[in-house]
Amino acid sequence: MASKLAPWAFRSSARVLRTASRQQQRQFRVSAAPRSDTLNVHRDTPDNNLNIPFKFNAQNEKLIQEVLSRYPSQYKKAAVMPLLDLGQRQHGFTSISVMNEVARILEMPPMRVYEVATFYTMYNRNPVGRFHVQCCTTTPCQLKGSDGIMKAIEEQLGVHPGQTTEDKMFTFTEVECLGACVNAPMVQINDDYFEDLTPETTKSLLVALKEAAEKTGAGGMAPGLPGMSGQDEVSGPGGEGKQIPEQGRGYAAQGAKLPAPGPFSGRKTCEPSHGLTSLTDVKEWDPKLMRTDGELD
Amino acid sequence: MLSAPAKTALRSSASASTSLNKGAVRALSTAAASQPATPAQDGQQKRGMATVQDAPPVHRERGLKDQDRIFTNLYGHHGADLKSAMKYGDWHKTKEMVLKGHEWIISEIKASGLRGRGGAGFPSGMKWSFMNPKGWEQGNTPRYLVVNADEGEPGTCKDREIMRKDPHKLIEGCLVAGRAMNCTAAYIYIRGEFYHEASVLQRAIQEAYQAGLIGKNACGSGYDFDVFLHRGMGAYVCGEETSLIESLEGKPGKPRLKPPFPAAVGVFGCPSTVANVETIAVAPTILRRGAGWFNSFGRERNAGTKLFCISGHVNNPTTVEEEMSIPLKELIDKHCGGVTGGWDNLKAVIPGGSSTPILPKNICDDQLMDFDALKDSQSGLGTAAVIVMDQSTDVVRAIARLSKFYHHESCGQCTPCREGSKWTEQIMHRFETGTARQREIDMMQELTKQVEGHTICALGEAFAWPIQGLIRHFRPELEARIQEHARTNGGEALAGGWQHDAGKKGMLISPGM
Repeated sequence: MASKLAPWAFRSSARVLRTASRQQQRQFRVSAAPRSDTLNVHRDTPDNNLNIPFKFNAQNEKLIQEVLSRYPSQYKKAAVMPLLDLGQRQHGFTSISVMNEVARILEMPPMRVYEVATFYTMYNRNPVGRFHVQCCTTTPCQLKGSDGIMKAIEEQLGVHPGQTTEDKMFTFTEVECLGACVNAPMVQINDDYFEDLTPETTKSLLVALKEAAEKTGAGGMAPGLPGMSGQDEVSGPGGEGKQIPEQGRGYAAQGAKLPAPGPFSGRKTCEPSHGLTSLTDVKEWDPKLMRTDGELD
Repeated sequence: MLSAPAKTALRSSASASTSLNKGAVRALSTAAASQPATPAQDGQQKRGMATVQDAPPVHRERGLKDQDRIFTNLYGHHGADLKSAMKYGDWHKTKEMVLKGHEWIISEIKASGLRGRGGAGFPSGMKWSFMNPKGWEQGNTPRYLVVNADEGEPGTCKDREIMRKDPHKLIEGCLVAGRAMNCTAAYIYIRGEFYHEASVLQRAIQEAYQAGLIGKNACGSGYDFDVFLHRGMGAYVCGEETSLIESLEGKPGKPRLKPPFPAAVGVFGCPSTVANVETIAVAPTILRRGAGWFNSFGRERNAGTKLFCISGHVNNPTTVEEEMSIPLKELIDKHCGGVTGGWDNLKAVIPGGSSTPILPKNICDDQLMDFDALKDSQSGLGTAAVIVMDQSTDVVRAIARLSKFYHHESCGQCTPCREGSKWTEQIMHRFETGTARQREIDMMQELTKQVEGHTICALGEAFAWPIQGLIRHFRPELEARIQEHARTNGGEALAGGWQHDAGKKGMLISPGM
């Protein structure tokens, strides 16, 4: 018997060895898991879970009453967006606790609040750095060189879109049109628009922001700074009316110097940069311009 | 410059309009349009074209005068506070306007020929009159005016300038338009990114309340009217009226099916009307200076002045108020210092914000900027956001970027848009790199045609039209790119962007690939 099997075993063992040495599986090429900009589901993390309590502070409690008074009393839930925004400003980002607290105040099912928080892009459901740098790359900005701005920010911060720097100071995001196309290219940092940028001014802006934060001792990952825009724009002294301040010139406080929001090219807002082509001769209201048919007399 | 025959045509019509008054010219031109030698003999009304094609372009020697511009503070000439605003004409005789009542206001707006400035160009007077159907007095619900300040269309930045520099024009407009529609309150839905603009506007609202201009007994007219500000939180689709209403009610901004139209069931279940910031902000000035004044600008059915935002490859990008029906070339040359590298360096223009089809240079040469002229060129005025592209532009990439924008901003509610926006983004990306197949151009055209008109809101059209415009005018460029890729890589790419030899390299591992 053994003598009968021996030649077969001898012959087939070579075949077994040969197939064993060959790769048994073809390789699949797997691309990265497709994800949206941010994950739409909540995952518990040390800084975002149900056990972290959240309460609105006294100042915000007052604001909430003011906000609620704007909507019909039976439509309390209309205030969900402003309240989530307040919560985000107080806590730094829209954590699950913020959403639950808003749901409790507005007597809504929490799921309805989660729906809102995941739908709108301005709710950061993950912590962001002290400065949230949002670079617009939609066509009008792209035509004016937002690629260069993106590259400059990446070089300066050393992070890619969607990431936060090591020191938790900057979060870099690529966003869609921010509605300042005449002043392209631009970035929004927290609440402020910085417009008419070049790669160089972008870098100097980021350096200035970082220096300012270091000088004033502000750490990363703190609740977002309130924007300084709109602080002194209106309510000027009688008669004169305050001019919109020169922008892009600088703003100093506590020994730190910051460029003011607005265009960096030297123009004030959206006017043509080489002199006005219209509205050169703005006159005060003249009752003679009124309609002549006397309907409003 | 205009082409020679167009110029002579312009001159002849201009000379005609100097000798006759404008109304007479219009009567003449409409008579010419209806054409027959025996006009309306049998008492039958002759129907003209849906759009105006033969109304003479307006040609003023020195252009629009500063005193005829509505937004005098567009460049921050004076402050945004109440005192300065009143000095420059706001809140003048507002009480008298409110006391005139809704019928008078609506008839004035109708007579002025104002068309909605948000993109669709629907006649505003007619839209406002939908709020007062027969028997509206018997309703006991509140009624709302909702101002759409969710300005998200790429290229558009006009409402921002109104809100941060002329907020009182908007608030006064809310009161007047609110009176016309017998509303109890106005909600201004401002996009969340405009934090600065929202704070200026909020302060202006408070000033107006303190001065008794709005609130109880607004302007001393006995009419009660509130104005509230609501900040959005970053969603392009909330610029659509029903989705804006959803968002205002504290829900995700997903558009509603119409009917019921907002004028019947709108925000908080009450009758409401959504109108663009610019439409509302021009209303008080129209009433003050008369419908005839406003109607004297622009061509027939395209009356008035308009804020144009010119961005992209021009020497001085700017937002400017100009007369409707101004030639595109004049607009760019006069206010923006021309296209970079001169007019001949122009490649294409997107005339009305990202969702209007692109126009190549030969059409731009003598294009008038109004609703009807642009419709006749198979594009649209939209929000009058002119995006200029010079010869250095990669148009395919520019439109591909817009497709990415629409994919990002689709709310995901209805299938043609949710899926279609993704497919178009992927195919546009392949067009950009040249890894598409030639037949995909026709496939793309068919795909966009199938999306168009089959979605709940207009976002379907918004992402379909720019692509259709690209295929209509730049098809050779798409084809050349595909051929170039085939030449440099040894063969046309396979469907799905695979290289021609991907099969040999063992990369195609399932039958569908």
